[in-house]
Amino acid sequence: MPQLIDVLGNPVENPWLSLAKDATLEQVRQSSDKLVLLPLPLWLAEKAALLATGKTFGVWLDSDQTCELLTGDLGLLPLVALNFPTFMDGRHYSSAVVLRQQMQYDGDIRAIGDVLRDQLFFMKRCGFSSFLLKDSVKLEDAQRGLRDFATSYQSTVEQPEPLFRRRA
Amino acid sequence: MYRYDNYDQQMLQDRIAQFRDQTRRFLAGELESSQFQPLRLQNGLYIQRLAPMLRVAIPYGCLSSRQLRKLAHIARFYDKGYGHFSTRQNIQFNWPKLPEVPDILAELAEVEMHAIQTSGNCIRNTTTDQFAGVAPREIEDSRPWCEIIRQWSTFHPEFAHLPRKFKIAVCGTEQDQAATQVHDIGLYLTRNFTGDLGFQVLVGGGLGRTPVIGQVIREFLPWQHLLTYLDAILRVYNREGRRDNKYKARIKILVKELGIDAFRDRVEAAWDQGRDGPATLTEDEVRRCRRFFTDPPYESLPDHDAAVTATLATDVRFTNWYDRNVRQHKRPGYRIVTLCLKATGSAPGDLSAEQMDFVAELADRYSFAELRVTHEQNLVLTDVRLQDLPTLHAALLREQLATPYTGLLNDMIACPGGDFCSLANAKSIPIAEAIQRRFDDVETQKTIGEITLNISGCMNACGHHHVGNIGILGVDKKGEEFYQVTLGGSSDRKAALGKVLGPSFAQKDMPDVIDKILQVYLARRTADERFIDTYQRIGIEPFQEHVYAATH
Repeated sequence: MPQLIDVLGNPVENPWLSLAKDATLEQVRQSSDKLVLLPLPLWLAEKAALLATGKTFGVWLDSDQTCELLTGDLGLLPLVALNFPTFMDGRHYSSAVVLRQQMQYDGDIRAIGDVLRDQLFFMKRCGFSSFLLKDSVKLEDAQRGLRDFATSYQSTVEQPEPLFRRRA
Repeated sequence: MYRYDNYDQQMLQDRIAQFRDQTRRFLAGELESSQFQPLRLQNGLYIQRLAPMLRVAIPYGCLSSRQLRKLAHIARFYDKGYGHFSTRQNIQFNWPKLPEVPDILAELAEVEMHAIQTSGNCIRNTTTDQFAGVAPREIEDSRPWCEIIRQWSTFHPEFAHLPRKFKIAVCGTEQDQAATQVHDIGLYLTRNFTGDLGFQVLVGGGLGRTPVIGQVIREFLPWQHLLTYLDAILRVYNREGRRDNKYKARIKILVKELGIDAFRDRVEAAWDQGRDGPATLTEDEVRRCRRFFTDPPYESLPDHDAAVTATLATDVRFTNWYDRNVRQHKRPGYRIVTLCLKATGSAPGDLSAEQMDFVAELADRYSFAELRVTHEQNLVLTDVRLQDLPTLHAALLREQLATPYTGLLNDMIACPGGDFCSLANAKSIPIAEAIQRRFDDVETQKTIGEITLNISGCMNACGHHHVGNIGILGVDKKGEEFYQVTLGGSSDRKAALGKVLGPSFAQKDMPDVIDKILQVYLARRTADERFIDTYQRIGIEPFQEHVYAATH
């Protein structure tokens, strides 16, 4: 099982059933899980039927799916997961920023997929709040990765005041 | 010059610790090669043909004598005794050993230098005109703005994994020697009709496989909004730039595919978000950054010197050097001096450790301990007293640094090419050398006059061949090295892309080909016409006729 950690690096339970890109409404209905992480197409196609199941949903976006597709839905979703097919695909850093700053999303934004230790610090600064680590990543390494730098220059989700407004 | 405070220094130390650990994990087999690659690239480390290559940033070209001595030390201790100044105000070391790179970075940090984001798909070293702050009639000193951009771009968390590399140039001088229009973002400092300072913003310029001149996305951006607007452009690019094909991944392709108007609409929409937010620049911050770039303690001097005038009348070597390598300064009695690193027989932009120490000494003695690195791969002493020029020249002669060719044919730009670079299709250095040898004569150079000749060993265009008045591109034809020639390129405020002359040439024919091109120019030019002027007047056909008539 891949390790899930929170923004401070603490290991946390992962109660979410995660469904693949081609998942169907039937799968959701048949599962006994109460918390289900859905692929975007299923959520968009079957919103009403899904909500009628009484379960709680999150949605995961692939790197070519934009977070604006969830406009109006975010209040229903305590979790949005952003998938990194490869850690070099940086689109979801912007998705996280847009979700937080533009769409005012205050639920959990989770990095999933090719989530390695050397990117965690940047993800955290862009507003990611949990990280599903790739199997190869050791917990202590990830915790260190979250603290790679003591300070940063830019205005970010995590620290909106840029360094130039904070310099002593 | 900018000086680091505790925050800047802390970030650098954290970076070194991070990279040391990444290197350790890679060497221990804990980090896969494919995972290490982007990490080392963002620290300027390539794996080259013969050894790794480390690219060190010289932010916007500003260098102190202390820093240059450190570079000399690194060249001597960790490398083979020399360094190569690139076209992007960086210096490259061609022979470092991977396990020692963290130590090199630690040494660099001692003098506030680094290799951060000198490679990889991120925002690269911001570049500017080498005469910023000392040029006469400057619109505005670009250096404080470059430093503001340096800080904004360093470890920007949102833009560390862009579709492709991203280069920003800033220009505040009349002439533009920063090739501003062929950058992903070009920023011209300007004033609006009420005298307020801001930027004309260009986007989507670049060389490489698909050369494009940048287009204006905003005529006037008030300075306060610089960073929020850059954020907006980068966000649109990060989200929408192509990632399926690395040759179509630069922002220029996105701007072309969308059209500048649609691209602008997207940027404006993204900007609505950050505009007037906390990243809006403050008067305090601009004042703080400007404080680092105030004038050195200039003396009040007359703008003439009897001894210099006398030397000009009698010493031809001095006069030739003075005519080409010495420029007007904003202060009377001071001059800007270019050290042309194009002595025949040494690769363009190469400097030995001994020469580095020597130049550092000259900077201490004659130019307030500071110098600049230029995009033409030369060095500049920015603040030399007119009266010191004869002694400075004599000193430069002794170290083969008085090459009097600045702005002339032999002051050519060349990438390291196939001798070092694993991307190259062909060699650049032997071509540069063969041409330099053919024309290495002061009178010949003076007769030809102002011209730019740029050589790239492959279509990645590190030698900026598209924007050379004469451009030379190395191509591979069934395993053999050939060279394609373009004419009419230019990288100043009237930027233009060169036009292909015709079929490519064998290496051995290149000096003849250049000679024939110059013959056409010399025969057809009117009194004061530079090469580029004649070319623009008569077009490419006369050159084609003459060059190909003789070879076929």
